Amino acid sequence: MTKKIVQIENVGQSFDTKKGRFVALRDIDLDIHEGESIALIGHSGCGKSTLLNLIAGLTRPSSGVMLCGGREIAGPGPERAVVFQNHSLLPWLTCFDNVYLAVERVFAAKEGKASLKRRTHEALELVGLAHAETKFPHEISGGMKQRVGIARALSMQPRILLMDEPFGALDALTRANLQDELMKILAATKATMVMVTHDVDEAVLLSDRVVMLTNGPAATIGEILEVGIERPRDRLALAHDAHFGECRAAIMEFLYHKQLKRAA
Amino acid sequence: MTAAMIAARPGNMAGTDATEADAGRTAVPIDETGNELPATASAAKVEGGVKEKAGKSASPPAEPLAGRIGEWARAALRTVLPPLAGLALLIGIWHLATFGGGGIPGPGQTWDAAVALFSDPFYIDGPNDQGIGWNVLASLERVGIGFGIAALVGIPAGFLLGRFALLSQMLNPIISLLRPVSPLAWLPIGLLVFQRADPAATWTIFICSIWPMILNTAQGVTRVPQDYLNVARVLNLSEWKVFTRILFPAVLPYMLTGIRLSIGTAWLVIVAAEMLTGGVGIGFWVWDEWNNLKVEHIIIAIFVIGIVGLILEQMLMLVARRFSYENR
Ligand SMILES: Nc1ncnc2c1ncn2[C@@H]1O[C@H](COP(=O)(O)OP(=O)(O)OP(=O)(O)O)[C@@H](O)[C@H]1O
Ligand SMILES: [Mg+2]
Repeated sequence: MTKKIVQIENVGQSFDTKKGRFVALRDIDLDIHEGESIALIGHSGCGKSTLLNLIAGLTRPSSGVMLCGGREIAGPGPERAVVFQNHSLLPWLTCFDNVYLAVERVFAAKEGKASLKRRTHEALELVGLAHAETKFPHEISGGMKQRVGIARALSMQPRILLMDEPFGALDALTRANLQDELMKILAATKATMVMVTHDVDEAVLLSDRVVMLTNGPAATIGEILEVGIERPRDRLALAHDAHFGECRAAIMEFLYHKQLKRAA
Repeated sequence: MTAAMIAARPGNMAGTDATEADAGRTAVPIDETGNELPATASAAKVEGGVKEKAGKSASPPAEPLAGRIGEWARAALRTVLPPLAGLALLIGIWHLATFGGGGIPGPGQTWDAAVALFSDPFYIDGPNDQGIGWNVLASLERVGIGFGIAALVGIPAGFLLGRFALLSQMLNPIISLLRPVSPLAWLPIGLLVFQRADPAATWTIFICSIWPMILNTAQGVTRVPQDYLNVARVLNLSEWKVFTRILFPAVLPYMLTGIRLSIGTAWLVIVAAEMLTGGVGIGFWVWDEWNNLKVEHIIIAIFVIGIVGLILEQMLMLVARRFSYENR
């Protein structure tokens, strides 16, 4: 058994709203192991982003304990890179500068300017945006913005990569390419990943475990599916794989049978 | 702030917006009626609509050069003509109102006086008799100094107020109390402290310019989107980087609004302040010409003050547009 990198123990999250207390998450228990890939799936508004923000340290839980590397998560840090759901690029910086800001933060202590620039360039090249380096966020499409956000996170070489629907706004081909790239990067860097997704195929293809959340309010973990497919994974081969189909079916069953009634 | 900027944009921009909206509107009814018709009929109708639209959009590039120049001229005419007509109307009313004589000079008389005045704007005949150019420059200098000091104090103060809730809770009541006070009420305090008229006028400008800058900057700081601050937190940026890369660029448009509002009020106030303090300055000049009963010079001064104010405003708008970024 590998080491636990993130431990979530009995965590609940509630928000104070005008209409009173809103319980978003309750009784979340999850251990994430080093190098593991986790997909978070659930219906819209169930609390996936809320859980991801908790792991990132952007918000503190209302109850329970969150540990990262055995220490309490007190706040965010560059070893836990986040790809935000709304990409969150700074509109006054070019795509290059948006990524450079992150690269500079992580590597400026050890490396020279030329090396930082090379890293930035490589990260943008990886997501196929080398040609758009000098453009500003408002000059590129939604999918391109999301790719810059991904480049920014990957450029930091984080130990834990937290992604909130990173491929949501992309066309099927770009999405498939980036998924393959991501799997290669994770295999090479042995980084841990937690990805929020709406896409059942993506969840099975990319993750070791699929964590399924029940519908909100007061969402919690409904089921955890062990994918158990050998790596490296080949999307074409898996398309006809019986076990892949079973995993898909199990998630679909959870989402569209067990959880749909409560959503309606 | 964006609303103000949009509202202040030249009329031709609003014109293009309106035509775009119209184009959208004509397309909608086809769809709506199409829904009620049988499928084939609706399809034909939609097709017709598309063809018509395509024909329209394809025609401009195919048009001959002369046609395009004609269109351009028409557009230019449409933006220039209404203001000119308004100006003509004003002068016409002015002419009619002053036709029968009376104390106020007519447009012709004023024009002649203006030609004489501007033929030598920079003469100096003693401390109290200088050309109109010197008077305008003297006023601009006072505004520049008072306004500059207000910016140096007000903008950092605004950042502090926006960043620290306790500070804003402490100071907001005081600001709310002092802000509605006419800056001229501060003039005696300035005279008392500085013992001279010139710095007292500058002091008045300082007081009236500082409020919009503090308040707008502070508002900008509190409105920095949480998303951007989250990026800073995840990257764990240093305070300096947070300021230069996130806070400052995000607040800049608000700051520029504050600056624009301040310079507008400052230019309003300087005329009144100079009337009271005397010396060289456009406000004092107006008062002096009133004492000399040269009413046509007063009217000229009104135009000059208006034009200078307009230029100041437009210059700052230009700067604001240069630094505004498209959001999202
Ligand atoms: N700051 C907040 N204050 C109040 N309620 C909040 C806050 N943040 C989230 N919520 C609520 O918590 C619930 C979960 O929100 P969250 O953004 O985590 O959903 P999600 O699963 O990411 O949805 P989606 O798939 O649409 O992104 C929602 O009902 C939302 O309204
Ligand atoms: Mg979400």
